[in-house]
Amino acid sequence: MMTIDFFDNDLTSLHNALLNKQFTASELTKATLEKIEKTDDKLHAFIMTNPEIALSQAESIDEKQDFAHVLSGLPLALKDNLATKGIETTGASKILEGFKPVYDATVVEKLNQDGAISVGKANMDEFAMGGSTETSYYSKTANAWDQTKVPGGSSGGSAAAVAAGLVPFALGSDTGGSIRQPAAFNGIVGMKPTYGRVSRWGLFAMASSLDQVGPFTRTVKDNALVLNTIAGFDIKDSTASKREVPDFTAQLTGNIKGLKIAVPKEYFGEGIDPKVATTVKAAITQLEAMGATVDEVSLPHTKYGVAAYYIIMSSEASSNLQRYDGVRYGYRADDVKNLEDLYVKTRSEGFGDEVKRRIMLGTFSLSAGAYDAFFKKAAKIRTLLIEDFNKVFANYDVIVGPTAPTVAYGLGEEVDDPTAMYLADVLTVPVNLAGLPGLSVNAGFVDGLPVGLQIIGKPFDEQTVYQTGYAFEQATRLFEQIPDIAKED
Amino acid sequence: MSETTISKEEVAHVAKLAKLSFDDSELTQFTTQLGDILNIFNTLGEVDTAAVEPTYSVTENVNHLRDDVAHNWHQKQGLLENAPLASAGLIKVPAILEDEGE
Repeated sequence: MMTIDFFDNDLTSLHNALLNKQFTASELTKATLEKIEKTDDKLHAFIMTNPEIALSQAESIDEKQDFAHVLSGLPLALKDNLATKGIETTGASKILEGFKPVYDATVVEKLNQDGAISVGKANMDEFAMGGSTETSYYSKTANAWDQTKVPGGSSGGSAAAVAAGLVPFALGSDTGGSIRQPAAFNGIVGMKPTYGRVSRWGLFAMASSLDQVGPFTRTVKDNALVLNTIAGFDIKDSTASKREVPDFTAQLTGNIKGLKIAVPKEYFGEGIDPKVATTVKAAITQLEAMGATVDEVSLPHTKYGVAAYYIIMSSEASSNLQRYDGVRYGYRADDVKNLEDLYVKTRSEGFGDEVKRRIMLGTFSLSAGAYDAFFKKAAKIRTLLIEDFNKVFANYDVIVGPTAPTVAYGLGEEVDDPTAMYLADVLTVPVNLAGLPGLSVNAGFVDGLPVGLQIIGKPFDEQTVYQTGYAFEQATRLFEQIPDIAKED
Repeated sequence: MSETTISKEEVAHVAKLAKLSFDDSELTQFTTQLGDILNIFNTLGEVDTAAVEPTYSVTENVNHLRDDVAHNWHQKQGLLENAPLASAGLIKVPAILEDEGE
């Protein structure tokens, strides 16, 4: 049996191996599926795999010998809230059990066009609501570095699968940190692109003004290569940007001399684990040593970000999730008297507690008595958060700080405490409210668990964000560290 | 500014609006949890926003207009296969009105 080590091979080297016929796309797909089969009972990163479809795609690529694109023939995992035609897509919810979309999400279509092969659907928090992947109806995913810890969330399956070397890349979605935080918890690279950079068509809507799809990879260059494929205008998404898509690898020089870095003092405030702060500060010192200038700045409304985010997100989600009513697809409750009863019983049985909590919060925030005090107020705070960022970006190229206040915590430790879970999103949600690009790269380890360095850029300036992350990664080479779960072969 | 709180009766009312039903112990639990979360929301009252415009989206676009051309997706079969109950090429649902039989 052929084995392929994704830790020794980045996307470019896998691509070259296919071009040079060191192995075929079919062999690569088979080896990937075997690795998942062997390891995933310890990780539970996948809700399901689709071996037959993946192998037939690989065979067709081998027949055509079409390796023109860097992703041709390369395996990946898709978060299970991205629609895949004819392949079950559940959003990790009981209410969508058995649902087979009749179309592909635009990002899936773009990956297919470039010849990438999805081997399975990655676990996630139910409808992307959570920060630990524990609200999934199907299973709980473990952290790649310590299987007693959470992988983060909501894209925990995608992150753990890449970090454990099951797949070389994966897609996730980020509404309030759901790519960056699990990337941080698993020590890999995760990008939340600018709002509008990537089409949301076929992404199960949670909060339409905040959601973005983005890549998980082991290295920054790999991440930029995947974003090259999935970014761009889409007539099917009215918020997809018409701006030209640059080559996101173009600024990966390793040089950040003269780069102006802002460090918000609020990102090292109350609630941030001192060991996480120390690790991130050391990373910032490293960037300074490489020739960047670093200044402390203030983003004064940061502490209101979580409240504004949870009001806006839950309001949009409560509206978006009205479509799940048991009529057209998915789960339908039994023993119902009439249509109203069917809606109520299906939703009450089909949604988990966290989803219900957010539907309730959103319905309340939009209700007649609360609209001005909550929904409209949160939208005004959103303006102030954007103005905070604008003021800093008038003088700086990137904003840098921790991705999450802590490293990965124990499975089961926080899932029953929603307020603690929500407050842990303080460092990631402002980026979504402002629509900015945000990257997490590994900054180092605390007690054997990875710490994320978050790099935030100006709208549509993913290039400078990647440039910064790449320079740091190449200087520290932390991506060469391998979790034990991947050494057991 | 007065702080917003939520009673068990209000939680039951919101559940009705959201087409969710809870038993009594769930209602009690949700009332406590939503109350705790509203305490976080209430901190927004500290900020004077009288002169601030709300932001509902950060998109630069107004709208994309497509040519007014119909596309037939030929997806009827796939869509019906997803329906929990279908019959004669239609999705079947329970009675909408009471007392009018099947």
